[in-house]
Amino acid sequence: MSAQAPAALPAADVWRPNQRRRRGAGWIFYGLAVFSTVLGLVMLGALLFDIFTDGAREVDWHFLSSYPSRFADQSGLRSALLGSLWMLVMTAIIAFPLGVGAAIYLEEYAPDNWLTRFIQLNIANLAGVPSIVYGLLGLGLFVRWLALGRVVLAGSMTMALLILPLIIVASREAIRAVPDSLRDGAYALGASRWQMVRQTVLPSASGGILTGTILALARAIGETAPLITIGALTYISFDPNGPLDIFTVLPIQIFNWVSLPQKDFHSLAAGGIVVLLVVLLSANSVAVFLRYRMQRRLQ
Amino acid sequence: MDNLKSMPRARPTADAAATEPDGFGFERSRRDSLRRKVVERGVHAILFLCALISILTTTGIVVTLLGETVQFFGEVPIWDFLTGTRWTPLFASKSFGVLPLVNGTIVVALVAIVVAVPIGLLTAIFLSEFAPARLRSVVKPVLEVLAGVPTVVYGYFALQFVTPILRDIFPQTQIFNVGSAGIVMGFMILPMMASISEDALRAVPRDLRQAAYALGATKFEVVSRVVVPGALSGILAAVILSISRAIGETMIVAIAAGLQPQIGFNLLKSMETMTAYIVQVSLGDTPQGGIEYRTIFAVGTLLFVMTLVMNLLSDLLVRRYREAYE
Repeated sequence: MSAQAPAALPAADVWRPNQRRRRGAGWIFYGLAVFSTVLGLVMLGALLFDIFTDGAREVDWHFLSSYPSRFADQSGLRSALLGSLWMLVMTAIIAFPLGVGAAIYLEEYAPDNWLTRFIQLNIANLAGVPSIVYGLLGLGLFVRWLALGRVVLAGSMTMALLILPLIIVASREAIRAVPDSLRDGAYALGASRWQMVRQTVLPSASGGILTGTILALARAIGETAPLITIGALTYISFDPNGPLDIFTVLPIQIFNWVSLPQKDFHSLAAGGIVVLLVVLLSANSVAVFLRYRMQRRLQ
Repeated sequence: MDNLKSMPRARPTADAAATEPDGFGFERSRRDSLRRKVVERGVHAILFLCALISILTTTGIVVTLLGETVQFFGEVPIWDFLTGTRWTPLFASKSFGVLPLVNGTIVVALVAIVVAVPIGLLTAIFLSEFAPARLRSVVKPVLEVLAGVPTVVYGYFALQFVTPILRDIFPQTQIFNVGSAGIVMGFMILPMMASISEDALRAVPRDLRQAAYALGATKFEVVSRVVVPGALSGILAAVILSISRAIGETMIVAIAAGLQPQIGFNLLKSMETMTAYIVQVSLGDTPQGGIEYRTIFAVGTLLFVMTLVMNLLSDLLVRRYREAYE
């Protein structure tokens, strides 16, 4: 074969076969890739534009401070906002220590055995369970079995379980990013394991843990389906005053308004969405800011 | 400085350390060391319990779902449930064939996948192979915003923005239709699809790309014949995870796809998904303990099993490409 090669050498364009066609295909493909990326961004833009043009003019003090009503022009978000606030606080109180504790255990304490691997597999799978299934869990376990009823506490516990995998994963990453030299340093000074964790690892990882927790809580504020399933109400015209009060939340109030046939209520829904998005975007900005500061400190 | 010099003297035995405080906090009496041991054990146990919550959650899900589902199958034969084609548990003449709900779920998920997979994959390719680092660092967080928008917002968008457009193009479109729900769901899933695919693409070693360039391949040929095939298992994992997400998504379909369980493939018509049915029952005042109430657990079990299988499969695929390249 190789001996004949010189004679059998094909014409020169084998080495540059169809350059133009091949490069052309490349350009078309590049165009498609750019188009797709832009399409995703355009869709986001359209979504935000649509909602803000529909809803921004609804948002005023009256809208934020009034109870829902069957008259669109008198309706407001008061009970939903307070309900969301209660949910947020309770969920944070439950989920934060559990999530960070689990992360510390898995990163700093857990032996490499079947139980640890099983726990990790469990966390990975729980992150993929549809949120409405958590709602069924909350309905069966907290609302009925513990007989809490359809109250803030039942909703918060459900939501805490839902966001626990997110907090655990984010905290584990933050803890893993702490260099081992710091741990060795603490041990060299005679620290016990918990002293090392509490005084060295946690302070260094706090930025990442906080960022992850804020993002997870943002998810909890926007989540609707599990709370509908546990039976959070759609119409509440009083302030929820404690963990054992029945409640509604922002997304459920929005869902309720979207489902009504009258057009006026759809604008109210858009107004509610504007409020919800503003809350979520500020939470996200805080998280991004914390991440940025943490990165600077580590550098 | 004084303290530093005294340290070696203080170290030899625990007792010596106890009697001679050295200012570094090393001094430790027997009682202190016992206390320290107790604290350590206690903290260890508490942290372990925190980690155990995940197993308890899974157990809780399985027990809650199965408990009601088993009772449900006591009244409705499982075969009738899985193969029946009429779903009317809330009517006077009850039928418990889940296929219409499964049909609705699959049709919506298919529309979502048709939108999310090509656009997501091309976005991933653009970000990983073409985009300069600075552009990438801007586009990625913006796409993440798309992933962070609550699903109830997407539902509103589908019903109030996409459906009117569809009705302009196809006048026979029903107000609640699978098409707009599926399209919008596709854009909701897109960031996840793009992000997992991008991870897979970037995991393909540089050597492979450079070898292909050395053979005279154009950029497009490198991407289409080396990088994408090399990342195939990861991309497949992203697709499966996207399907799983689409199947479990609730609010978009509950708002925009309607509540009519029916079998068919007409995207302009209303269909009910499994998740939308659970919402429908939860919103009504169905008495607890009745058969209607148990249906949502039976449907939930089916949903849980479907998504679990897909998540495990995608996990397996991701592990495969990690093993291949790392």
